Amino acid sequence: MSDLPKPDDLLNFSHRPPKTEWMDTPAEIKKGFACYAGNPKSLEAVGLPNPRTWSCFDEDWQLPENWQEIIYEGFKERLDKFRSFKVFMDICVRCGACSDKCHYFIGTGDPKNMPVLRAELLRSVYRNDFTKAGKLLGRIAGARPMTLDVLREWWAYFFQCTECRRCSLFCPYGIDTAEITMMGRELLNLLGLNIDWIATPVANCYRTGNHLGIQPHAFKDMIDFFVDDIEEITGVQVEPQFQKKGADILFITPSGDVFADPGTYTCMGYLMLFHFLKEKYGLDVTWSTYASEGGNFGFFTSHEMMKRLNAKMYLEAKRLGVKWILGGECGHMWRVINQYMDTMNGPADFLDVPVNPITGTRFENAASTKMVHITEFTADLIHHGKLDLDPSRNENKVLTFHDSCNPSRGMGLFEEPRYVIQNVANNFYDMPASTIREQTFCCGSGAGLNAGEDMELRMAGGLPRANAVKHVHDKHGVNMLATICAIDRAVLPDLMNYWVPDVEVTGVHELVANALIMPGEQERETDLRGEPLLGTEDADE
Amino acid sequence: MNLKYVYSFLAVLVLFLVAYVGVEGLGLDWLFGIIVPYLAVIVFVVFGTKRILGWGRSAVPFRIPTTAGQQKSLPWIQSSPIDNPSSKLGVWVRMALEVLTFRSLFRNSRIKLGSGPKISYHLEIFLWLGALAFHYAFLVAIIRHLRFFAEPVPFFVQLVQSVDSFFRFEIHYDPIQVGLPGVALSSIVLLLAVTFLLLRRLLDTKVRYISLAADYFPLFLILGIAFTGILMAYFTKVNVAAVKELATGLVTFQPTIPEGLGGVFYVHLFFVSVLLAYFPFSKLMHLGGIFMSPTRNLTTNTRAARHVNPWNYPVKIHTYEAYEDDFREKMVEAGLPVEKMPAATAAEEKE
Repeated sequence: MSDLPKPDDLLNFSHRPPKTEWMDTPAEIKKGFACYAGNPKSLEAVGLPNPRTWSCFDEDWQLPENWQEIIYEGFKERLDKFRSFKVFMDICVRCGACSDKCHYFIGTGDPKNMPVLRAELLRSVYRNDFTKAGKLLGRIAGARPMTLDVLREWWAYFFQCTECRRCSLFCPYGIDTAEITMMGRELLNLLGLNIDWIATPVANCYRTGNHLGIQPHAFKDMIDFFVDDIEEITGVQVEPQFQKKGADILFITPSGDVFADPGTYTCMGYLMLFHFLKEKYGLDVTWSTYASEGGNFGFFTSHEMMKRLNAKMYLEAKRLGVKWILGGECGHMWRVINQYMDTMNGPADFLDVPVNPITGTRFENAASTKMVHITEFTADLIHHGKLDLDPSRNENKVLTFHDSCNPSRGMGLFEEPRYVIQNVANNFYDMPASTIREQTFCCGSGAGLNAGEDMELRMAGGLPRANAVKHVHDKHGVNMLATICAIDRAVLPDLMNYWVPDVEVTGVHELVANALIMPGEQERETDLRGEPLLGTEDADE
Repeated sequence: MNLKYVYSFLAVLVLFLVAYVGVEGLGLDWLFGIIVPYLAVIVFVVFGTKRILGWGRSAVPFRIPTTAGQQKSLPWIQSSPIDNPSSKLGVWVRMALEVLTFRSLFRNSRIKLGSGPKISYHLEIFLWLGALAFHYAFLVAIIRHLRFFAEPVPFFVQLVQSVDSFFRFEIHYDPIQVGLPGVALSSIVLLLAVTFLLLRRLLDTKVRYISLAADYFPLFLILGIAFTGILMAYFTKVNVAAVKELATGLVTFQPTIPEGLGGVFYVHLFFVSVLLAYFPFSKLMHLGGIFMSPTRNLTTNTRAARHVNPWNYPVKIHTYEAYEDDFREKMVEAGLPVEKMPAATAAEEKE
């Protein structure tokens, strides 16, 4: 975006709230912050209501005539279906502990980005429509009727939250703004109000199996390119398998890594690891073009859409007759797998409790869902000494690790990736404690907000993350930010370029592949990116 | 400007006048001593229960705990059994720590955006400290008051009272001889803590911005309760035996109005009654809600044990068959395996 302000201009704001009360401050739908409206074709493809060509900058949003009734009924239905929603509507005491925990508040100073106010956007309507105090006392009780201005405000701020759950960590009652935003977006979707960056990937994923709309033959072509690149660098020809019936493991990863740098290097990493395991231990891993998406933008649309897209994982595992499923590096994908998949589309009684046939490790923690995270899998292999590694081949990198929101606060995957990184590379420095692990900061572009038109919002929201990277960059010379999320790999390069220009972004399995000594490989002169290796190639074997 | 706290303060002032004038001016002792307290308790119990049952009626479709520590995965990785509780016991401990020590609030920090830019995170312990002091002082005050309702006074009430009034406040000075034997520490702490929470709400610009009238009202009300309580106990010296007579009468359903309780006592009682009756309709229900928060009270072994959604319903999905039908030719051309060869499909279609 050419009209993206310079960092200094972006920082020209205050955390002091304005003079006018928030209910009297109408939401501004701003260029650089707002995302484009969903393409009607995409809405139609998956049967979402009210498909039409419109823009959030228009005066008329072409809503159904009874839109207030739709919202009211939708609100009511969700209060019954989700205890989280009902309890979170009732018990907030507005203590303010969450107020400065949101990356968007920190980066914009907009008070409606305080998690408490984001929730109040819904609560004010809830009080008006569903509580005695609100009906009786109105504004004094913090209630207000559902108007077009309120709807615009919902649009502005529920697409200005990445469902990262950092606020829920600090809330004394565990009030989770991700839940609030999910409900808000479900309600907006009832009126056909969605952003295109979510709606179109959803429609793509539904038909082609992945967000990017890559058709099966093209998907295979892209993987074949990686095969050529790998051969060039290592001299080894890897042979990925697709839709292989009776394979041991079905591997599913976000399609973003097949599509764009630097995720592609992570994808090459997977291919090399699987080749190594096949050659050395006979492990049979298959990919699928039907289930070629780990991510799930349905999660950013509605619970129903999440279930519809997620269903393919189990369906394909069953059709192929694999023993269990291995999942790649992705953030929200793992919240869906860890906290929703089994409930939505299980029980997966046609699969085995995952056992790593090479180490004999039984993944008891995935006994029911039957899906293992690749860093759990690789950490187990390394722990049992099953990989031949030369960490010096990552010597040209000084690393830090960005905990992605969903594997952090929706799973607790902290040690596995760090263990892997520290076994395949020598220079690793964590960022400050308030910015990693369960307190980690969002990349600023999650939950479907990684579009191009909202770049200003993304750079502002990514400030806390970038600032922590800058800290270790200045202190330890960190030049590489490792992460286990495909959205991170897609968006953090822009963020780094904006705030900390000398830092690049990598997936963890790119690092694994750099260090992995493949049977019969030639002496490597470069890493997967074609960057020359530092020093000699003497492996300490 | 911000009139929310003014409204709330005026509301409490009006409540004060209602009770004071009602008793001192109109002699409505029976109304404020018997009818209102009974009504308040009924409203509290009935509507409080209704609210909790209402939450209970809503489904818990998914297990969505906030994981605040390492998951239990590989046996050689140290997991956090409390912050990421995979067992019921862990959840119990997590909940106990939340309820009894406000653990999540203890994590609180404050950001500072310095030049550079340089964001730093600072320990912010005062909200936690103030909240903890407030809630525990309130609890001790409630336990202390049980002595009015039971004869003999239960052992634990006596214990709490003797610990609470450990400090004595006496001035032995010729012109003034003031002795306040056994000043209840809890009442002083309560007064200070409520004052702190109120000042924080008024002076911290962010917190003031998010505050509603409903956030000031209970603070003023509780301030009023603490203030009238202290006034009675140490200055106007209410007749304790009479208070006990009234309280015992109320709980044994043989209500009587003893002589000489005075306006301040009835204001105190009225404030408490209003607080009770207001409770179920307000944010004060966080007392019950904290136990029902799905991000805290569920186990995190979500991949190990399946959670059942009571309203799970079948959805429209794009099957593999539909996918292959869509792309069969291209798949075959690319060498991808298919279930049905194109020729076979063509033949079937002709049939």
